[in-house]
Amino acid sequence: MQNKSLDFWVGLFVLLGAAALLFLALRVGNMSSISTGDSYVVVAKFDNIGGLKPRAAVKSAGVVVGRIGAITFDDKTFQASVSMQMDSHYKFPKDSSAKILTSGLLGEQYVGIEPGGDVELLAAGDKIKMTQSAIVLENLISQFLFSKAADGKETSK
Amino acid sequence: MIKSLISRIGHEVRVWLSELGLAFRTLFAILVSGLGLWKRPRLITTQIHFIGNYSLVIILVSGLFVGFVLAYQGYYTLNRYGSESALGLLVALSLARELGPVITALLFAGRAGTSLTAEIGLMKAGEQLAAMEMMAVNPLQRVLAPRFIAGIIAMPILATLFTAMGIFGGYLVGVQLIGVDEGSFWSQMQGGVELYEDIGNGIVKSVVFGFAATFIAIYQGYQAEATPEGVSRATTRTVVLSSLMVLWLDFVLTALMFK
Repeated sequence: MQNKSLDFWVGLFVLLGAAALLFLALRVGNMSSISTGDSYVVVAKFDNIGGLKPRAAVKSAGVVVGRIGAITFDDKTFQASVSMQMDSHYKFPKDSSAKILTSGLLGEQYVGIEPGGDVELLAAGDKIKMTQSAIVLENLISQFLFSKAADGKETSK
Repeated sequence: MIKSLISRIGHEVRVWLSELGLAFRTLFAILVSGLGLWKRPRLITTQIHFIGNYSLVIILVSGLFVGFVLAYQGYYTLNRYGSESALGLLVALSLARELGPVITALLFAGRAGTSLTAEIGLMKAGEQLAAMEMMAVNPLQRVLAPRFIAGIIAMPILATLFTAMGIFGGYLVGVQLIGVDEGSFWSQMQGGVELYEDIGNGIVKSVVFGFAATFIAIYQGYQAEATPEGVSRATTRTVVLSSLMVLWLDFVLTALMFK
């Protein structure tokens, strides 16, 4: 086979492989969520983050408006400090609240932002003051059992 | 009687160990001689053409049909639990993590591995390798190393093509033929397939399989007896050994990568 046409076919083969890789990376994987545009960082402190993981979604009204960045433990207030990368297109009032919710019943956890009524907006580096922790199943069960025991005591008085 | 049996076992183990040692010494010699190949890239590209381009038809068609079958079987099972919208996720994860690298490696061992073994075995039978050594040309560098490097380059490309064709085949059967919702097919796939953990690990697997299958193929050719029966036995050993090696490596790599 002539040298020039051989090089052409080998080059085409490698290009085909690269195109397949690009297809897999962009259309099949979730790389589109990594390449977000501008974002600003907002911090929120929770008593218990439950099963929240980095790169989980931050949603408001069910629409993804950001991603969880880093989760660290603050040993001065003994709370979890969650930093969130918010999409620059969406601005929230300064008194918005953050809740940790679960998608479905047993799905993965995400942070839901409920807007407040303040005129001023959250800027980069601001803290969300009102937060609600994740629901921990064991606490729920012990609450339920405790209230059942309390009912039992009352009826037997 | 027992003594001779035990000494037979000892002898067999020593023979097996020394063969293993010879294989690794040859591998090391191929790697070292391959370093000097940057002066002659044409040797490697010729081999990529023979190993990669000529495997394209079987890889692409097999990928398409594996995708078809995955969509059918996956739909049947998912439908029982009402989760048929997860079909895209099922097809993509199965292909990217496991079936892409493994089936490509098995087909590669059968198609490219046997042709490599036969070619090198016949070169040995025709005394071409010995003639090269007499002309002070290193046969490891001129014959074995380009094929080895070409195999390592071609395998991940072929595995990625297999996976991509399989996902396309799954789309054709799942969305067009069966009628799964197109939007949930792609969006659940995109939500569940990770770039580095799933696709990246699959590519790492295919590179390791390429290393193993190509080395076994060229080594069996290099060590073949210089007769037609010897070459035939060597090609059989190539297919059997590479297939077993690929499946065993797949088990080890999967246990390491996907906890």
